[in-house]
Amino acid sequence: MSSETASAPVGPRAIVAGHGDFAAGLISAVEQITGRGAMLLPVAVKQLGVQDIETLLRKEMLAAGVRVIFTDLQAGSCTMASRKILRGMDDVVLVAGVNLPTLLDFVFADTLPPAVAARHAAERGKASIIAVGGAPK
Amino acid sequence: MTLELFRIDDRLIHGQVVVGWGQPLDLKFIVLVDDSVASSDWEQELYRMGVPPEMDVYFHDVGTAAERIAKYRADHRAGLLLTGDIATMQRLAESVAPPLDAVNVGGIHSRPGRVQRLRYVFLSVEEAAELRALAARGVKVTAQDLPGARCVPLEDLLNGSDM
Repeated sequence: MSSETASAPVGPRAIVAGHGDFAAGLISAVEQITGRGAMLLPVAVKQLGVQDIETLLRKEMLAAGVRVIFTDLQAGSCTMASRKILRGMDDVVLVAGVNLPTLLDFVFADTLPPAVAARHAAERGKASIIAVGGAPK
Repeated sequence: MTLELFRIDDRLIHGQVVVGWGQPLDLKFIVLVDDSVASSDWEQELYRMGVPPEMDVYFHDVGTAAERIAKYRADHRAGLLLTGDIATMQRLAESVAPPLDAVNVGGIHSRPGRVQRLRYVFLSVEEAAELRALAARGVKVTAQDLPGARCVPLEDLLNGSDM
């Protein structure tokens, strides 16, 4: 494989949003593991209400031209704001409950349309969670 | 059990409410009082999807909430009543008897015209006056985003001494 075909697409393909520094932390992990952190755009929402989060996410989506949002918690304000955005934009995909395996799968699925890659990554992320040890005796 | 907490939070149902307070208080229901959400089926569906299946959510405008608050206060389960702004909580406080004992300011975020009072509370001059008016009715007004955080008295909140 040539270095040209192995390189990641330039620019973000999705937004990652969540509580505290969740997005930046997760993206820094993606960057450390794959070098493809630039495919994800972190959005921090500290000190914002839901309406302002919705405005910020919409603005970032339009500026970056992305149609995929990853959020941390189904009940979280980023997810609530994203669901409001989805109502008027049928081509936007939201994945709530994102984890590192989800994002790793997403950034390597760069030959797929972002929406398809996001749905595939969500399934991979769900399947990646295991519990080991501590079985009742 | 009863309504354990009356909270003002402009994010309405979100992680701090469902998990941060929901788990330690063992909340089984949330009463969301908001005139706009009460008239919007899709917004209600949105907020319902944000809570675990064992937790009920009831949506009311201020008038209906005032009519039904006695039922919620008598509920054998632990509940939380939530408004998205101070004005709504103030209208509710003016409508119910017996009066509200206490109100928790849980999150009012940055917006033009507001000044930061705490990490999670920004208030306009009008909103500060609304909180004072609530307190003048005998309601104990404090700010506290999470159960483990310091419960900030109204005066400390308004003078920003906890910043």
